Amino acid sequence: MTTVTNTDKRAPLPGHHMVLGETDKLRLDSGVEFGPFTIAYQTYGALNADKSNAILVCHALTGDQYVADEVHPITGKDGWWRELVGPGKIIDTDKYFVICSNVIGGCLGSTGPKDTNPETGKPWGLDFPVITIADMVRAQTMLIDALGIDTLFAVIGGSMGGMQVLEWCKSYPERVFAAAPIATSFRHSAQNIAFHEVGRQAVMADPDWCGGNYLLEGKKPARGLAVARMTAHITYLSQPALHRKFGRKLQNRGAITYSFDHDFQVESYLRHQGKSFVDRFDANSYLYITRAMDYFDLSLEHDGRLADAFKDCKTRFCIVSFSSDWCFTTAESRQLAHALNAASCNVSCVEIESDKGHDAFLLDEPDFHMVLGGFIDGAAESRGLK
Amino acid sequence: MNNPHTNTANAPSTVHSDRIRVDLQLIADMVKPGSRVLDIGCSDGELLGYLTRTKDVDGRGLELSNEGVRNCVAQGLPVMQGDADRDLGDYPDGAFDYAILSQTLQATNRPKEVLAELLRIGNKAIVSFPNFGHWRARFDLMFRGRMPQNPNLPIMWYETPNIHFCTVRDFVAMCDEMGVKIERSMVLNESGSKVSLDSHSRFANFFGNQALFMLSK
Repeated sequence: MTTVTNTDKRAPLPGHHMVLGETDKLRLDSGVEFGPFTIAYQTYGALNADKSNAILVCHALTGDQYVADEVHPITGKDGWWRELVGPGKIIDTDKYFVICSNVIGGCLGSTGPKDTNPETGKPWGLDFPVITIADMVRAQTMLIDALGIDTLFAVIGGSMGGMQVLEWCKSYPERVFAAAPIATSFRHSAQNIAFHEVGRQAVMADPDWCGGNYLLEGKKPARGLAVARMTAHITYLSQPALHRKFGRKLQNRGAITYSFDHDFQVESYLRHQGKSFVDRFDANSYLYITRAMDYFDLSLEHDGRLADAFKDCKTRFCIVSFSSDWCFTTAESRQLAHALNAASCNVSCVEIESDKGHDAFLLDEPDFHMVLGGFIDGAAESRGLK
Repeated sequence: MNNPHTNTANAPSTVHSDRIRVDLQLIADMVKPGSRVLDIGCSDGELLGYLTRTKDVDGRGLELSNEGVRNCVAQGLPVMQGDADRDLGDYPDGAFDYAILSQTLQATNRPKEVLAELLRIGNKAIVSFPNFGHWRARFDLMFRGRMPQNPNLPIMWYETPNIHFCTVRDFVAMCDEMGVKIERSMVLNESGSKVSLDSHSRFANFFGNQALFMLSK
C-alpha cells in the first residue's frame, strides 16, 4: 500500500516522496518491523514502455537524492554527480530513467532519526532503529516495486552507494541487469570503522548532542559534527592531492601567528568543510549511516566465502577503483572481482590512475568516465536498449 | 560471419572492424559459436571483441596492463586486470569452454602450471607462442652467435618479457609429459598465416614462426 505525496508536510524539500510500509512493514536486520516510512527520491528522464530502462543511482554517506539537479535545494550547488548524469551524458537521461533515493535513516526527506516518532510525538533521536545497508536496499526495493519496475537496467553507486549496489546484486540478482560498484568494498575495513568511530565520538562528545536529544533541547551538536566531517574529509583525499592543493600555504597572512588560529590554508579549508556540512546534515543521521557502513560485510553469512554470496548471479559487473583511494583500495576491489570470478559472474574490474583519493569518483576523471560509459553502452546493447 | 549482434546501428563505433590479425583469426576459427571463452592476455580486446560480435560468445578477458583493461571495458568487454601466473586460481573447474592464451605462455613464470590451469578452467585450451625452433632463431644463434631478434621477437634479450622460450617440439614434449591431448595444431609464417605443414614434423619446427595448439585433457 503506497501513496505518492508530493506535498508531504514533514518534508518541505522539493522532489518526490513516497510513503511505504503501511501494511507490509519494512523488516530490518535488527528484527524491528518498521513502517510506515517515507522515501524521498528524484527521477530524471522517462521510463520506457516495457520499463526496461531504469537506472538506480545509490548515494554515498553524505550524498542525497539530488544526483543530477541543477541547483541543490540546500547547498545551491550542482547535484553531486551532474558530471555523469544528465541529457547526453554517460548516464544519459534522454535514454534512461534515472532514480535516486535518499537512504532510510537519512536526513533529506527519507525517514530518519530527526523525524517524529509517531508513538511519542517526539523526534526519534536514538530510538530510531539501527539500520544496515541491506535495510536501505530493502527500502529501495519497496520504492522500485511501487514505481512498477521489475528489473533495473543498472544499479550504480560509489562508496556507500557501491555497497548498496553489491547488496542489490547479492539479494536481488534477478532484478539487476548491470551493476557498477565504484570505489567501494564488499565489507568495511577496520581502518574505515576506526575513522567512523572517531567521527561518532566527536559528535557524542559535543555537549550540544544532549545524548541524542538535541532537537528536543533546541540545540545542535555543530562542533562535534564538524570535527567528524573534517576527519572524514581527510580520508577522502590523498596525501599528494592535499599537498598539491594547499602545500604549507598560509591563510590570508604573511607569517605564522604563534596561535591556534587557522594559519594554514588547509586548516581553513577543513573548517569550512566542517561548517558547511553541519548546515545540511543531521548529526544523528551521521551516526546511523556510518554505523550501517561499519556493519556491512557481504561475506559474513557465508563463513567468509564471498563467492558464495554471488552464486548464480547473472548480473554483469563493472568494478572501478582509484589508485590513490586509501579508504577503498584496489586490492579490495580485486578481492571482490576474484570472488565474482569464482562464482562465474561476468565481471570487469578497472583501476583508474588518479591522485585524488577516494573522492575521485565524484570528480572529473576522464578515464573513469570512458570506462563507465563503455560498460553502460555495452550493457545497453546486450539489453536491446536503444 | 554476420549475426544479429554485429551490425546494429548503436554498436559503439570505435574499434569494431570485423577483420582481425591473421593469427587471431585462426584462433577465432577454432571457437564454436555461443561458447564461453576466457581470453588471457587479451590486450586491447581485438580477439575478445571479435568473438563477442561475430560468434556470440560469452567472453571474459584477463589483461596485465591497466591501459589494455581500460580500453577493453570502454568497448563494453568484460575484462579485469590480472596475469596468467597469479590470477587463474579463482575460476572454477570447467568454467569456460575455451581458455585462450595467445602469445603469452613464453612470458609466464610457470608455463607448465599455467597450462594445467588453462585445462582446469577450460574444457579446451588454445595456446599460441613464438617458435624458438624457427630457422631464423637457429641462424641467429648458430651463425651470428646472438639471441634471436626478428619481427616476431623484436625486443632485446635484456628487455624482453619472454622468459620461457620453447620450440614446437619442446611444447609437444611437455604436452606428452602432462598427458595433455593435442586436438589440433598448426604453425604460422611471419605474417601469421597458416603454413601447410604437419605441425608434428621437423619441417614445421624449422619453418613455423609461431605455433598454435588446441589442447584438451
